[in-house]
Amino acid sequence: MNFQALTLPEKLDQLFVFVQHWIMGFFPAHWQPLVGALVGVVGIVASFPAIFALTTVLERKGLGRMQNRLGPNRVGPLGIFQPVADGIKSLTKEDIVPVSADGVVHFLAPVVLVVAIFLGYASLPIGRNMVLVNIDAGLLFFFAVGASTELSIFMAGWSSRNKYSLLGAMRAVAQMISYEVPLLMSAIVAVMMTGSLSTVKIVEAQSGFTGIFPHWYVFTPWGFAGFVLFVIAALAETNRTPFDLPEGESELVAGYFTEYSGFKFALFFLGEYLGMMSIAGFGITLFLGGWGAPFSFLNFIPSWAWFFLKLLAALCFFIWLRGTLPRLRQDQLMNFAWKFMLPMTLLNLMVAAAWRFLGDSATGAWLRWVLCAGVLLLAYVGLGRVLMRKQRLGARSYRYAE
Amino acid sequence: MLGEGIVKGLAETAKNFAGSFVSKERLTTVQYPEERVEPIENTRDFPFLVYDGSDPMAGLRCVACQICEKECPPKCIYITKSTDKKPDYVGKPQIYPARFDIDISVCMSCQICVEVCPFEAIKMDTEFELSTTDRFEGLILDREQLAKSNEYYNKIHPTEAAEVDARLAEEKAKVEAKAKAAAAAAAAKAAAPASGETTAKPAPQKDPAKEPGA
Repeated sequence: MNFQALTLPEKLDQLFVFVQHWIMGFFPAHWQPLVGALVGVVGIVASFPAIFALTTVLERKGLGRMQNRLGPNRVGPLGIFQPVADGIKSLTKEDIVPVSADGVVHFLAPVVLVVAIFLGYASLPIGRNMVLVNIDAGLLFFFAVGASTELSIFMAGWSSRNKYSLLGAMRAVAQMISYEVPLLMSAIVAVMMTGSLSTVKIVEAQSGFTGIFPHWYVFTPWGFAGFVLFVIAALAETNRTPFDLPEGESELVAGYFTEYSGFKFALFFLGEYLGMMSIAGFGITLFLGGWGAPFSFLNFIPSWAWFFLKLLAALCFFIWLRGTLPRLRQDQLMNFAWKFMLPMTLLNLMVAAAWRFLGDSATGAWLRWVLCAGVLLLAYVGLGRVLMRKQRLGARSYRYAE
Repeated sequence: MLGEGIVKGLAETAKNFAGSFVSKERLTTVQYPEERVEPIENTRDFPFLVYDGSDPMAGLRCVACQICEKECPPKCIYITKSTDKKPDYVGKPQIYPARFDIDISVCMSCQICVEVCPFEAIKMDTEFELSTTDRFEGLILDREQLAKSNEYYNKIHPTEAAEVDARLAEEKAKVEAKAKAAAAAAAAKAAAPASGETTAKPAPQKDPAKEPGA
């Protein structure tokens, strides 16, 4: 591709790709793949933590506004340099490791967490031609790497030698494994429709327009249901409110990172937000058209800008939820996962299959809309009623060892 | 239906979010160092010593009886009695505290010292900006730092201080009346040798009057 031959919007769109190629041009041919990958990695490692810093201040200010406060407003104009102050603080704080802790594992846990989460970004398409490695099974890679964060959380809980840490880690692992199933199942519908596990292909399959409206999967019954289920499972997977039981302050102090301080704590914090962003990024890729514009006449805006705008919107929604919902109880969490999420995702798979085989002929199109939407709605109302049925729990009886 | 409550909740927080930009009345907090809220009258944090008059050390009401030191649950009061005496508010010579320290890092603001003090000498303060760079010595307040005037007390806790002042005035008046009576009696006694019989007479007169009632 020749940079000069492109129009201005196209130039902006491919700006970062050309920068990468320009840097690669300084190296001999057999070094170029490595250099190209390194440039991409630097881009990801620089941009997403920057969004993390932005998110922390947005979150604190947004939550403040929801509670009719101003939020942080001391560091810099309107408090926008608050993350800088927080960073300096966490870097200069004393790093305390409990005497009886397993020092090596205690040190490794936050590192492993951040590394595993960064690995997930490898197959995330953040713009046209902007994916670090275009693997055929990109989605599978993301879920496989994402599942390994559970290991680091358990490492943290186990190595701290603290009952709260261990209980928090147990809770976190139980929760993440329970919600891993609906998360995967809700993502499968997009794979079924695209016929590929490649994240790039999934985005391309959604890039068409009917009139001015895009072909995003979220605008179909199965896509909408899948998207809602994916968001719920993603919230639980990243330990966000209302699923933040692993760090329930009133019960567990701070959960698995009770014994972490200073920069290791900051790494956990960073890992949590990076995990949230990567899972939101994949939600966008699967259901919200990835880097595609929401209307055909907005195509002149660069693809990466659309991706980051959608990501920011997703983060704002997460913050909004955090400001609204109280924490669930453990039994509610598990009931919700196994009695609502799992049946709904299974049903959604069948609905997606029916949608695929009803075809989009003139009559079939209407029929499949009514049929699929009706089935999903009925299941939602029915399962919701079952879930909200008042449980008659008698007085708790205890049995003690003789 | 499932999820109705969540939608309602989201609408509520969205309303608060938008509303906080529009109406200033919604904001429940004030920007502290620049703006302040007057503490309510029953605010209390750490004890202080009340003094009368203009000289803090001379006017301290404390007589170093050490009741507060003994009653203090976390034992944060340290008192050393003086060897000499100085007149108190009614003019009676009293011991005073040569040292009166309160470790406010230990104090739990329970107000027990205030309740047990028979001399209305220790009261609760409302001053909260006590941060210091020395966490050991800086948080032990000595009697110079603790001494605050009765006017200050009247300012921070007006109702309570008015009661205390009334009680003290009453007591003082009683003492003065007693002193006056004693002085009068002394004067009478001094005058007595002139008429020796009159002093002996009233005693037998009272006895018959008491007997029927008893």
